[in-house]
Amino acid sequence: MSDLNTLTIAAARDALRKGDTTSAALTAACLSAIEGSGALNAFVHNTPDLAMQQAEAADARLKAGDAPDMCGIPLGIKDLFCTKGVPSQAASNILKGFLPEYESTVTQNLFDAGAVMLGKLNMDEFAMGSSNETSAYGNAVNPWRRSDDDTALTPGGSSGGSASAVAADLCLAATGTDTGGSIRQPAAFTGITGIKPTYGRCSRWGVVAFASSLDQAGPMTKDVRDAAIMLEAMCSYDAKDSTSMDIPVPNFEAMLTGDVKGKTIGIPREYRLDGIPDEIDALWTAGKEMLADAGAKIVDISLPHTKYALPAYYVIAPAEASSNLARYDGVRYGHRAKLSHGDGITEMYEKTRAEGFGHEVQRRVMVGTYVLSAGFYDAYYNRARKVRALIKKDFDDAFAAGVDAILTPATPSSAFGLGEMVDADPVQMYLNDVFTVTVNLAGLPGISVPAGVDAKGLPLGLQLIGRPWEEGDLLNTAYALEQAAGFVSKPAKWW
Amino acid sequence: MSIDTATAARVAKLARIKVEEDQLPALAEEFNTILGFIEQLNEVDVEGVEPMTSVTPQRLKRREDVVTEGDQQAKILSNAPDAREGFFAVPKVVE
Repeated sequence: MSDLNTLTIAAARDALRKGDTTSAALTAACLSAIEGSGALNAFVHNTPDLAMQQAEAADARLKAGDAPDMCGIPLGIKDLFCTKGVPSQAASNILKGFLPEYESTVTQNLFDAGAVMLGKLNMDEFAMGSSNETSAYGNAVNPWRRSDDDTALTPGGSSGGSASAVAADLCLAATGTDTGGSIRQPAAFTGITGIKPTYGRCSRWGVVAFASSLDQAGPMTKDVRDAAIMLEAMCSYDAKDSTSMDIPVPNFEAMLTGDVKGKTIGIPREYRLDGIPDEIDALWTAGKEMLADAGAKIVDISLPHTKYALPAYYVIAPAEASSNLARYDGVRYGHRAKLSHGDGITEMYEKTRAEGFGHEVQRRVMVGTYVLSAGFYDAYYNRARKVRALIKKDFDDAFAAGVDAILTPATPSSAFGLGEMVDADPVQMYLNDVFTVTVNLAGLPGISVPAGVDAKGLPLGLQLIGRPWEEGDLLNTAYALEQAAGFVSKPAKWW
Repeated sequence: MSIDTATAARVAKLARIKVEEDQLPALAEEFNTILGFIEQLNEVDVEGVEPMTSVTPQRLKRREDVVTEGDQQAKILSNAPDAREGFFAVPKVVE
């Protein structure tokens, strides 16, 4: 078999079980693809020796029969996941050299299922960003280019390295995390599939915290079936995460029938924004028609507080970040600034954090500090949490009225050029998450499915939002959309 | 609500991030852009709405208040920038 690195998880699983290939061969193919991919800057810490050891163990397990679906599948792991003995620095200089003494629950679940780790993937620093341009490792680059020029494009963020690596076939799939759209936006920008499950489905233990009430891990894959397979392996109840939900994890793949007859799909009128490119609007209309043709009932719905999701997010997420990132103090792990004679502990904190955190992280920590400070807590933080309750209620009402899933665009544009947003004010960059952030605030599952290309040949995604804990039903609707859209384009290899 | 450089300096101090004097005006301007964006929240009628603490209504699980994974001193200190004799070491705190 040639080009083993281009296989889906499902195809590789079937080939492994039939004995048509080995995990060692799959892993070697990916490692070789990674070696030639420096221009993408997707993999930032490679673990080839560990990968080959895991692959051999997986092959032994396969030979013994009864190996789980993920057994022998080579993956990339976002740098936000703590991996034992392997650099895990959340793309920040403040965690340079940090070698965790423990394994995150999600990666442990994947390893228990026999998955292979090829290395760690680039991302925005502490997952704060929508273009992978805040990374201490430098920009990750989108394997896609516009048809008419060679401008380097962003793979999106914060899971930009994950998106780039999967789209460029450097791995079969990757882990991502999503606080405001960090799985779904990069998936849309690179023509792959990404699902953020319901808050509480995946344990957050061992995932470097950004905004704890919003953060969720999820898979980034080449198609919907792979998302179902990998999501099931990542999910579990975990006593180490107090918000992890103690409910059974279904066999998501078994729920992919492609049958959406009788399902009700809501189209929220508030997602029709001014200034959105016609192509995005046209894609959204096409998505509606595809689901209608498949037998779903399309209804217009209203989510009246949508407009306030981004401003609420930009209070709540920085507030939680300022609290979570207080731990980076130069005492217990990570970077400590060189001190001048006479410097005390306060100077140590201030210099360490000024040197270790990048600009965007510093800005968000300070905004969070401000909105939580005495005198402003009620006006900003509590008000944002009340608006968040109203945003969730909008969704609750829609689901109570019989809506099974909600269809929206995934992003307000296709991938933009690296550096193009440099002069924009921070709010312009935040607008990337306008369609995705509501889902985090309401704790719902959301999936981005590639559904077409724009006039410049760049991929565009549609987002489906599901009822809480009903990822299986959501994945099935996404599967029907994927089949109807028939998106099979791949970026032409230039790297 | 406009943030001046004195407020920006105070926020930086609270966040324990050293910001050079000449960087404060730009920082204050960025805060004002972001806070201007956040101001929209004042348009929403939140009368009688409880602030959300958890998206999933659930009672957090209880467990026995006992040590579960203790005795890991070496592991805990292994990433410290300065550890001595089983302790984290920091600059002198008390004069």
